[in-house]
Amino acid sequence: MASYSTNEFRSGLKVMLEGDPCSVVDNEFVKPGKGQAFNRVKLKNLRTGRVWERTFKSGESLEAADVMDTDMQYLYNDGEFWHFMEPKTYEQVQADKNAVGDASLWLVEQDTVTVTLYNGAPLAVMPPNHVELEIIETDPGIRGDTAQGGNKPATLSTGAVVKVPLFLSTGEVVKVDTRTGEYLGRAGK
Amino acid sequence: MPSASLSLLKKRAQLLQQLRAFFYARNIIEVDVPALGRASVTDIHLQSIKATSQGQKLYLQTSPEFYMKRLLAAGMESIFYLGKSYRDEEIGTLHLREFTLLEWYRHGFDEHQLMQELAELFQYLNDNIKIQKLSYKEVFLKATQINPHLATEEQLRTFAKSCLDITWCDEEKSIWLDLIFTHLVEPMLPKGICFIYNYPSCQSALARTSIDDEGDPVARRFEAYWDGIELANGYWELKDVEEQRTRFEHDLQMRKKKALEAVPIDEELLAALAEGLPDCAGVALGVDRLLMCLTGETNIKNVVPFS
Repeated sequence: MASYSTNEFRSGLKVMLEGDPCSVVDNEFVKPGKGQAFNRVKLKNLRTGRVWERTFKSGESLEAADVMDTDMQYLYNDGEFWHFMEPKTYEQVQADKNAVGDASLWLVEQDTVTVTLYNGAPLAVMPPNHVELEIIETDPGIRGDTAQGGNKPATLSTGAVVKVPLFLSTGEVVKVDTRTGEYLGRAGK
Repeated sequence: MPSASLSLLKKRAQLLQQLRAFFYARNIIEVDVPALGRASVTDIHLQSIKATSQGQKLYLQTSPEFYMKRLLAAGMESIFYLGKSYRDEEIGTLHLREFTLLEWYRHGFDEHQLMQELAELFQYLNDNIKIQKLSYKEVFLKATQINPHLATEEQLRTFAKSCLDITWCDEEKSIWLDLIFTHLVEPMLPKGICFIYNYPSCQSALARTSIDDEGDPVARRFEAYWDGIELANGYWELKDVEEQRTRFEHDLQMRKKKALEAVPIDEELLAALAEGLPDCAGVALGVDRLLMCLTGETNIKNVVPFS
């Protein structure tokens, strides 16, 4: 496996630190005019999400992490694992709760999502920015109330709860921004 | 695309003109010494960019210091240089491999007189600037409760490891001082201009050493910081040719130990020192950083035409 020297650390570079794959967040070069050069580096542990700030002597190096972001199709959840497929090779992988995390609220079968693979196994799952989901439970819709503000909670088919306008009813399909959990509109509009 | 805005480039031109006016008014002579030399600095923390001409290996100078000292030894009195210098492996928000340096030497001055002149230069550029003068020991003690002059390498390492996430090790005291100073002391320096003087003797470089009033061995070296950014480094210049040769040779041994490239010792500089360097103090100031401080820019790329 290749390794990278501190002067090659760029934001987004994936390296191994203490046995865990990490993503470089920031790399600051620090050097007194007459003195040792250092790199003050922020790294995000991709397994735990923890951000470390570590100081290296310039020229030190870290091993590259075999981490790859891959577009995959979400297939189904078997109760324990979420299953994804690489659309070209039909190769399938299964991700556990740890890797999927909050993304489980936005996984729609057949949707294309970004799966971060580490040594071939899913490390994290990123849903598309926008998804369409059916409302499975909400207070009855108030007909004609399209102009007025105000909203109510609605439970979607994945279990996610979002605030929707008062006029929507159970069974309707809505579009949601997965980054903020905000309602964007009715599907198809 | 230029990396600086056009209005900033005008401010840059104005600053270069102001700097020259300051020195011309004091009868300090401008010298435009060469950028290329057959020898270069041996300091293990400075790497020269190499060039080849007619089969000969040449070095872009990391500062005009060696050429300027040869002029001083040849009889020039007070001189200044305003131009480019080059340092390899230095790129960041405060570093460029090609940067503009203002360096000057004052005949008969010690480092405290030179700090006074530098303070006058800062006031000439910004008459509201607040200026303070603190010893290295004072600021280091405040941040760490450790006397930097007497501390052992082990004490400094233990302290650094208790405050910072580091996994490497080093036997050199000077590296732990650099780490603690840049990471823990600099952020605590007062706003405005802060002169730091009496450096630990292991960081003397080309400065004289002596014993200070409190009995600590110190280097007669100073730095100027503006809002915690290192701007200038000055010395009461070492004149002793034998001492200078010993320091160069020690550098070369360290280079070998650290698997760094060997650099030829500047024998012409040593010959000039043997002829006799007058008593003088000298300082080098990063002009790009000075412009950053004057304009509030936070990235050095934003104050040079191209980067």
